[in-house]
Amino acid sequence: MTEHVLRLQGVRKRFGDTEVLGGVDLTVARHEVVALIGASGSGKSTLLRCVSLLEQLDDGRIWLGDLDISDPRVAPDRVRARIGIVFQQFNLFPHLRVIDNVALASRRVLRTPRSQADAAALALLDRVGLADKAQEYPDRLSGGQQQRVAIVRAIATNPELLLLDEITSALDPELVTEVLDLVRQLSAEGTTIVMATHEMAFARDVADRVVFLDGGVIVEEGRSADVFEHPREERTRAFLSRFIGPGGSGSSVA
Amino acid sequence: MRSSSLPISDVEIGRRAYRRTQNTRSVLVSLVSTLVFAVVIWLTVVNTPGWQSVQRSFFDLDTAIAAWPRVIAGLWINIQVLFFASIGVLVLSVVIATVRTLRGPIWFPLRALAAAYTDLFRGLPLIIVLFLVGFGIPGLELFPRNSAQFWGTIALILTYSAYVSEVFRAGIEAVHPSQRLAARSLGLSHGQTMRIVVLPQAVRKVTPALMNDFVAMQKDVGLISVLGVVDAVRAAQIETAANFNFTPYVLAGLLFVLLALPMIRLTDWYTARLRAREQMGTLL
Repeated sequence: MTEHVLRLQGVRKRFGDTEVLGGVDLTVARHEVVALIGASGSGKSTLLRCVSLLEQLDDGRIWLGDLDISDPRVAPDRVRARIGIVFQQFNLFPHLRVIDNVALASRRVLRTPRSQADAAALALLDRVGLADKAQEYPDRLSGGQQQRVAIVRAIATNPELLLLDEITSALDPELVTEVLDLVRQLSAEGTTIVMATHEMAFARDVADRVVFLDGGVIVEEGRSADVFEHPREERTRAFLSRFIGPGGSGSSVA
Repeated sequence: MRSSSLPISDVEIGRRAYRRTQNTRSVLVSLVSTLVFAVVIWLTVVNTPGWQSVQRSFFDLDTAIAAWPRVIAGLWINIQVLFFASIGVLVLSVVIATVRTLRGPIWFPLRALAAAYTDLFRGLPLIIVLFLVGFGIPGLELFPRNSAQFWGTIALILTYSAYVSEVFRAGIEAVHPSQRLAARSLGLSHGQTMRIVVLPQAVRKVTPALMNDFVAMQKDVGLISVLGVVDAVRAAQIETAANFNFTPYVLAGLLFVLLALPMIRLTDWYTARLRAREQMGTLL
């Protein structure tokens, strides 16, 4: 078996009386791309937020590498610096220039010297074709550009794991491609990614493995081709048929 | 955006001509209506039965000129107090507001203290704080003797920080939680998140409210006169008592208004610049 980057065991999360995650087991290998699919409210986002320690677990354990990050004695800031997360709404810092958004974590968390952090940030921006926007404020950028900056910000600290939380759901359809192309590029370079997505065609194309969540539990998981072509569970079939016509091949509904 | 190098259609030329005449018309109308309004007010005031005596005792030019040196010297004291009090208020109120956002049991005493402080000093009338601090603290003989001006400044800082810290706290809470989430997800600590992400955005959000508080403080610096400081208000009082003429008060009042104007303009300019730089909305 390959080396594990992330392992979840019996993860439970409750908001008030509602159980959002009802015992999730999941293992993610290094260089693997895992797509979480499922209807709104199925627990995809909550799962990602639990992994990045933005939510406290109600039960279960999560390991990042060999470290049990669900142990309350583990300093959460250290863990979060090892995990990159990109949100649906970009969440760039509007009062900081693009370059400062990207270099912030390197400077303040990793304590990289400013000049070095800025040079690295600029190189990353250049890679995604946004070097000329480095001195702009985020609001001057299109949604797609902002989201690319957010992705670059998340990987600036070389995290072991990148979490993408429906990163194209807030974008206009014509801007989705540029963001997905960047994710495709990252996965080709071997970045370990867990993404919650509604982009079925993209998930099928890029993800090594697909996990279908419903009601806070994993209903089905497997190689993406298998899950999309031959779903074993009735609930998976029902869910997928809403995106893909019966018998038809996967077309994205953005 | 319109570019003058492009050929303009006849329709657009017509529209522009129409807009120009409309503009001229509105300027003329507002000019005339302002004039008529002013004249009516003026005639009404001048024709009141007591106007002659009021004019003599409140708007006497000679008295104003005679009182000028003393009042302006007093105003300089007000400006000094205002300067140091503003700095003091900014520092103390940011500290108080930040302390009130601290989490964790170890901070409980500080948090409780900060809450009690804002409750107490928002409730206490400034004039009572001035008396307590201005006469009470020197009475302790704990500190080296300082001037009434010094303790007056301290009293102002104590009272206004209680208000301004609440303004800052409102600003901090107005920054969308997703900003904090994004900062923490990068691995920034609570303190770093506050300092680098939340506070700068909070300050921008509350700048107009802060302006209001500072203009309020600008006139309340006149209250330090109750401690015997010869500021503009006290100087006007002395001059008034000497001549049985209230003109020095009017003079001091005008000077306070003039003092406030640059501050108001400065803050307007500042907020406009921020708007232009960051655009409107989408502040997540």
